[in-house]
Amino acid sequence: MTMEPRSFQLFPDSASNFAPSVDGLYTYMVVISAFFSLLVAFLIVFFAIKYRKRPGQGVPAPINDHSIGSMILEIAWSVIPLGLSLVMFAWGASIMFTESRPPKDSLNIYVTGKRWMWKIQHLEGAREINELHVPVNRDIRLTMTSEDVIHDFYVPAFRTKADVLPGRYTTEWFRPTKVGDYHIFCAEYCGTKHSGMIGWVHVMTAEDYDKWLAQGSGEGSMAEEGESLFRQLGCANCHVKDGHGRAPNLYGAFGMKVDLADGSSVRFDEAYTRESILYPQAKIVAGYDRIMPTFHGLISDEGMLKLIEYIKSLGDPNGTIQEKDLQSEPSNIQKTGTMMPDQSEMPKAPAAKTPAAPRAAASTTPTGTQQ
Amino acid sequence: MITAPPPVKVTKNYLNEKTGLKSWLLTSDHKRIAVLYLIVVTAFFALGGVFAGLIRLELATPAGDLFESNTYNKVFTMHGILMVFFFLIPSIPATLGNFLIPMMIGAKDLAFPRINLLSWYIYMTGGVFTLYVLLTGGVDTGWTFYTPFSSSYSNGYVVAAGLGIFINGFSAILTGLNFIVTIHRMRAPGLTWFRLPLFVWAHYATSAIMILGTPVIAVTLFLLVLERGLHIGFFDPAYGGDPVLFQHLFWFYSHPAVYIMILPSMGVISEVISTFSSKKPFGYTFIAFSSIAIAVFGFLVWGHHLFVAGQSIYAGLVFSVLSYVVAIPSAIKVFNWAATMYKGQVRMETPMLYAIGFIGLFTVGGLTGIVLASLGMDVHLTDTYFVIAHFHYVMVGGALLGYMSGLHFWWPKMFGRMYSDVWSKVSAVLVFAGFNLTFFPQFLLGYMGMPRRYHVYPPEFQVFNVLSSAGASVLGVGLLLPAIYLTWSLKYGELAPPNPWGATGLEWQTQSPPISENFEVTPVVTTEAYDYSTVQEVVHIG
Amino acid sequence: MASPTIPHEEVTLRHHFANDEQQKDASTIGMWVFLVTEIMFFGGLFLAYFAYRQAYPAAFASASNKTNLWLGAANTTVLICSSLTMAMAVHSAALGKRKLLVAFLVATLLLGGVFLGVKAYEYHDKWVHHEVPGAHFECEGCVDAGHAPLFFSLYFGMTGLHATHMLVGFVILVILIVQSAKGKYTAKWHTPIEMFGLYWHFVDIVWIFLFPLLYLIDRSKTGLK
Repeated sequence: MTMEPRSFQLFPDSASNFAPSVDGLYTYMVVISAFFSLLVAFLIVFFAIKYRKRPGQGVPAPINDHSIGSMILEIAWSVIPLGLSLVMFAWGASIMFTESRPPKDSLNIYVTGKRWMWKIQHLEGAREINELHVPVNRDIRLTMTSEDVIHDFYVPAFRTKADVLPGRYTTEWFRPTKVGDYHIFCAEYCGTKHSGMIGWVHVMTAEDYDKWLAQGSGEGSMAEEGESLFRQLGCANCHVKDGHGRAPNLYGAFGMKVDLADGSSVRFDEAYTRESILYPQAKIVAGYDRIMPTFHGLISDEGMLKLIEYIKSLGDPNGTIQEKDLQSEPSNIQKTGTMMPDQSEMPKAPAAKTPAAPRAAASTTPTGTQQ
Repeated sequence: MITAPPPVKVTKNYLNEKTGLKSWLLTSDHKRIAVLYLIVVTAFFALGGVFAGLIRLELATPAGDLFESNTYNKVFTMHGILMVFFFLIPSIPATLGNFLIPMMIGAKDLAFPRINLLSWYIYMTGGVFTLYVLLTGGVDTGWTFYTPFSSSYSNGYVVAAGLGIFINGFSAILTGLNFIVTIHRMRAPGLTWFRLPLFVWAHYATSAIMILGTPVIAVTLFLLVLERGLHIGFFDPAYGGDPVLFQHLFWFYSHPAVYIMILPSMGVISEVISTFSSKKPFGYTFIAFSSIAIAVFGFLVWGHHLFVAGQSIYAGLVFSVLSYVVAIPSAIKVFNWAATMYKGQVRMETPMLYAIGFIGLFTVGGLTGIVLASLGMDVHLTDTYFVIAHFHYVMVGGALLGYMSGLHFWWPKMFGRMYSDVWSKVSAVLVFAGFNLTFFPQFLLGYMGMPRRYHVYPPEFQVFNVLSSAGASVLGVGLLLPAIYLTWSLKYGELAPPNPWGATGLEWQTQSPPISENFEVTPVVTTEAYDYSTVQEVVHIG
Repeated sequence: MASPTIPHEEVTLRHHFANDEQQKDASTIGMWVFLVTEIMFFGGLFLAYFAYRQAYPAAFASASNKTNLWLGAANTTVLICSSLTMAMAVHSAALGKRKLLVAFLVATLLLGGVFLGVKAYEYHDKWVHHEVPGAHFECEGCVDAGHAPLFFSLYFGMTGLHATHMLVGFVILVILIVQSAKGKYTAKWHTPIEMFGLYWHFVDIVWIFLFPLLYLIDRSKTGLK
């Protein structure tokens, strides 16, 4: 969907919660820079004229020590610029601290970059390419990954960008403050059509956004899609609900601390989920065997995001959301509760032991369960 | 009372003492090696400049009507590689540094003359690899070679380009090694550290960066070549690697590298401002120590290239504050240069025009650098034209103008000829004006949000792009003129006296051009540096 | 060889130096500066090693058990001995003992040759077991096989770079042996021997860092559970 060409603007639209503070800091910086540039330029031109060599001016007097200078001046013109620039540091750091901490109840939208397009997935199932519809005045968090090389999701009107990396999730958040359409640019060189990897953010009123969402995309929500992948790939065979299966319990686990076999611990987040699926032997949960097969090559990046959303949807420690999920998606959850996967689709797993209870982390004799 | 100088004759000197191609290609004389470098560095600069012209030509319109995207990507990549590795890094050290350092310290040559010649051949070998890449289809990764694009996706000649730069790096390492040993051990009697010209201090600091930093880019490119050739996963997540590790390794060198590019220029400016004010540099000790401080702190700020790359914010805080600290020594120098002119006897010869142009443009470049050092600001501005404008202000407005200043200052010494006063001043003005018209609009484009390395762009960015391209043509003319009048001066220029500018320094006490041994008798230094009371009345006034 | 009537200095003092002492100092400082650049060169690889070991400890622990501890230890001993023979060579040169100098240089060469021979055997062994990263990589019994190639890449990269430095050392050593046999080095001037000694010791020290990192760490863990 191509938009009308924009008219010339010296500053981009100020369309997010960050824009005013970034613009304010920039104004401070422009004033300081202009002041010092003009000061230096003025001094040099002034001295060049005032102290120009005149005919008949003799040679300068001999100098005695190895240095002419003024300690006071040196200190002054070191400390004052340092002080003025540390203001820039502190102000900028404070902006970035805010930018790096998405508010807890942000609306999460997934972005996958791929040469040379942006694939957006909304939790409710809506999908778009090169366009991002968002409601105004809501905190929006983008969780992003790349299918190939490094990209960068940049919205000048929001004054924010973040690199989009393969094999990792990065985040960027903003609160749009003005309804309208704003450029999306890829801002990390990614090959032939880098300058074509652009799009539009459509900031809409809350009602318009709900209407747009309701149109959907014909698929179920991401969590629903993820649940069907969970079944197809046989995950539920080992990851059973009550936690006494061959594999750690996933219900209510997302967001919690996980104790690993080597004594360290990790937070159950998107990155950990992804790593556990693709490199299951990298971090083993305390008390479980090293038997999970890898699903490298069996899941796409988009599929991975759906699985993550499904696992997130498996409840929080309070149990209340779990109940709610069960009620809102009755048919799906009932099926996953019993988990009888189709045998032919199950990936091969080596013969595994079934421990009755979790063992202590430091085991002395590995018993041939290595893969 | 100023009298006309006595007629100067062409005497035996390092240029005419031995003739023939072999005497040049197998020379161990640092002055001849400097001239060899001058020729090839100029050639690579011209080539890089052609690519710059092509970029600006394409960007005059929003659509990609001059080249297709792949070609454009190769053009900007080549522009970066040639300018950074084959021009900016060697320019002053290998031409002016090689020529002048032994002379400034009263020595007959550098500590290792044959290694000096070897470094030129290594540079040429790296150049051959790069030209091979150019002629067989180019490389499209950008001069920064980010992975996994460069290791697994590019269709260009990444391995050959990487090898070319790898080899070229050893040229810098050997040059730096030579300078350090020479400055430590071969100073003439009486020449203590604090009597050294600031040009020498600047090159000492530069050499420290060269020897410590360049091996890291060498090993980084070595790993990249291995990865690309053998599909080992150092940097590609598909094989278990981390692309951000490449960025850390790359910028650990490439940030200090920019100080390799600017410190020698600053050394030139210290000499030129002092000479054309007939006054000792104000705050000599501070300027000398600032060079060392820039070299040290320059190694501690590389992460400011990774603020949005997935680096932790705590690392970002450290790199940001250190980036402010590293700017202070440069500010100290700028103020000291201005103070040098205060109550001096200022003459506006061509080298001085370039020097004051440097001070103005470097100040803007440096201030926009600290704009980018601020975390929240960098999030908006990184990877946009603001960054391109910033580094061209320091690299062209700074480093290149310093090089031009130095070339025009020491040309009479190196070649025994004076060049056209009028044409050189016209060029300096054209360069200054053209440069500003080319790059100032790019600051505005950057804040507006135009990303860098874009082949096509939305139409609202066109106005400033057109201004920028117009400026580029003026800049191009300004830079072409010296090629003409300097070359012309070699044959037809007025013969130069030993000290046409009334400068201090041991190199000005020899004939122009110097004899092969530099000095008939090793000088003994008994006075402080920059004592203008000892200089004869200036005879050449433009 | 300088004839008795020509002062030694005129034969070995290069024209741009004021005296022997300045020349010797310049060579020494130059060699140390060069070794600093080598530290930075290897440093990048050490950084990559530490970064990946920290990120994938399980993969590194199990992959590093694939190196042959005894061969590595033997090589370490051989290389340390070659540093000893090199130091003895420098000492012999300082005493003007030509035959001893040649003998120790040859001993250094032979010990270095043993080192490289053992390395070649190790490389071959890895090749045969498909432990070379690339299309045919297979690591039997490796934990977290997706990240195991990183260990092997670093193993080959670091030991390969080290071996290349040893090969360059070999070439120089051969030249020095021939020159020593001709009597070029005297008690008064044997700077190339000393400088090469510095280089050889450096190459030895790099190995002394590589050996624990690649062969010893995590040897006690027989793979994780």
